[in-house]
Amino acid sequence: MTSTSTDELAAVRPARQHQGAEGAEMPQTPTRVPPGAPGAGLLTGLTQFSLRSLRHSFRDVESVLMAVLLPVMLMLIFTFVMGEAMAIGDGSRADYLAFVLPAIALTAAGFGASHTAVVVSNDVTTGFMDRLRTMPFPAVTVLLGHTVASMVRNLLATAVVLGVAFAVGFRTDAGLPQLLGAVGLIALWILAITCVFALLGLISGSAESANGYGFILLFLPYVSSGFAPVETMPGWLQGFAQHQPMTPIIDAARALITGTEVPSTWWGGPLWCLGFVILAVWLTAVVFPRKVTR
Amino acid sequence: MTYTDSRGAAAPEDAPPLIHVTGLRKSHGRHRVLDDLTLSLPPGVHALLGPNGAGKTTFVSILSTLIPRDSGEVRVLGLDPWADRRRLQRLISLTGQHAAVDESLSGEENMQLMGRLFGLSRSRARERSETLLARFGLTEHARRRAGTYSGGMRRKLDIAVGLIPEPRLLFLDEPTTGLDTRSRQALWDEIQALADQGTSVFLTTQYLEEADVLADQVLVLHGGRIIARGTAEELKAQVGGSTIELRDDAGHVCEEIPTGGEVDDVARVLHGIAESRPGMRVTVRRPSLDEVFLQLTGAPPTDQITEEALS
Repeated sequence: MTSTSTDELAAVRPARQHQGAEGAEMPQTPTRVPPGAPGAGLLTGLTQFSLRSLRHSFRDVESVLMAVLLPVMLMLIFTFVMGEAMAIGDGSRADYLAFVLPAIALTAAGFGASHTAVVVSNDVTTGFMDRLRTMPFPAVTVLLGHTVASMVRNLLATAVVLGVAFAVGFRTDAGLPQLLGAVGLIALWILAITCVFALLGLISGSAESANGYGFILLFLPYVSSGFAPVETMPGWLQGFAQHQPMTPIIDAARALITGTEVPSTWWGGPLWCLGFVILAVWLTAVVFPRKVTR
Repeated sequence: MTYTDSRGAAAPEDAPPLIHVTGLRKSHGRHRVLDDLTLSLPPGVHALLGPNGAGKTTFVSILSTLIPRDSGEVRVLGLDPWADRRRLQRLISLTGQHAAVDESLSGEENMQLMGRLFGLSRSRARERSETLLARFGLTEHARRRAGTYSGGMRRKLDIAVGLIPEPRLLFLDEPTTGLDTRSRQALWDEIQALADQGTSVFLTTQYLEEADVLADQVLVLHGGRIIARGTAEELKAQVGGSTIELRDDAGHVCEEIPTGGEVDDVARVLHGIAESRPGMRVTVRRPSLDEVFLQLTGAPPTDQITEEALS
């Protein structure tokens, strides 16, 4: 059946006009058989996409500006506008600065990481992802590339936050290991948020709607122990503030940054982050293989 | 692993048809997009013609390993495009409906990134990039961001990317939609050049003319199946020859008279016009795509058309 129908088809298939002259008498095989492509491995994919995403990050002047300006503005507002009005420590500006520093770093980094939703969504809606998924290599590396770029971009933002903090009067007894520990916690948060927002970018219909999710992260830190002690909030809010994922991260990071004793519940933050990563990666693994641009 | 030209009498036993589909079904939700589609194509250039929403992109997506089918048998170059997609992906490339270029990267960077992902070495990726950019006339724009390219340039870059791996079968989903006439012609030339070198092409289009110029065979997709197939001329012949347009002095078409297309038929109609309305201006044209479609999809005996087309 198959062979006869093929022969019939071959018989009715007309000659291409411009090939007719030389091809009519003698069937010619193409002079050169295209060899196809072997496809890249996981490592090449990861490297190439990380470089690509980093190029994106640093060519997009507005987003670089945003990543730097947002933490700086937050820092200055909370230090110079609110600083003396808050009864933290001895009520001085410097004490409040030390208090809000981890929350500002997390706010800026989290918001920056949410940008991942936009870039992933762009790759989906432009059809770029479709092409990758017809190519002989693990296409999911495009998401890993965005993740790497997000980590680099937002750790830079964190460094800027720390730099500005020292510039406007932050002093600490904490040693380098403690500071690195705090940065590690922030890095975990960036990773978790990046994974979640990569997933949101994958399932959201457009870059604009993907962008909208980012605002959640602008407000989440205010209902935590980050900007005001949880005890000062009304009772109905305390439950949420005490148990939302940012609070244990902020508490532990603050202790590390100020060189005080780390609370025994420090593992709560990393556990939340791990949970987010596992959930996001699992859902991505479900969604990604069948995600097609319409 | 060579494909004997299908015009040749004997195709070797081990050369599978380019695309072989039996009983293919695919639904999006409750909407059945492809319904019992059956098709077998030899190597060559094939154009899938259909209006918007006919399921062209869905069909191409299934063939090019992007999405799974609901049921039916599909073989592309002898491979199952879902179960064997990794092997098939080494032999094909897809240039989709959207120009899938990275707008933040330059033309050159786009090409080299994709070259590396296709598994080429750094030097080979650079070499392919230079060759293809030159071929598509993009060399002088190689260092500019693709975001600054015109629609036509972007499309060229997009197709150039698809050619990096020297695919055995190239899928082009509406390659010239949205292009101006000149860019379209330039792309047609490129696609023809590819075909002449032995690359098979499966393209979708809304334009009969495009199918006409490029393809050995035109397939008409409607209602989830292939309802007609043949050369563009054969399709036009099926729907009834040519149309005579009568124009007034200002050049406006005031009447269209369909004819069978044979000389005596046309001559008889013209003779009638000459007697009844002397002085009218007349154009004889082939049926438009709309007319072909109306006939193929609106007229009842579609089964007959399918029979004729496939016989």
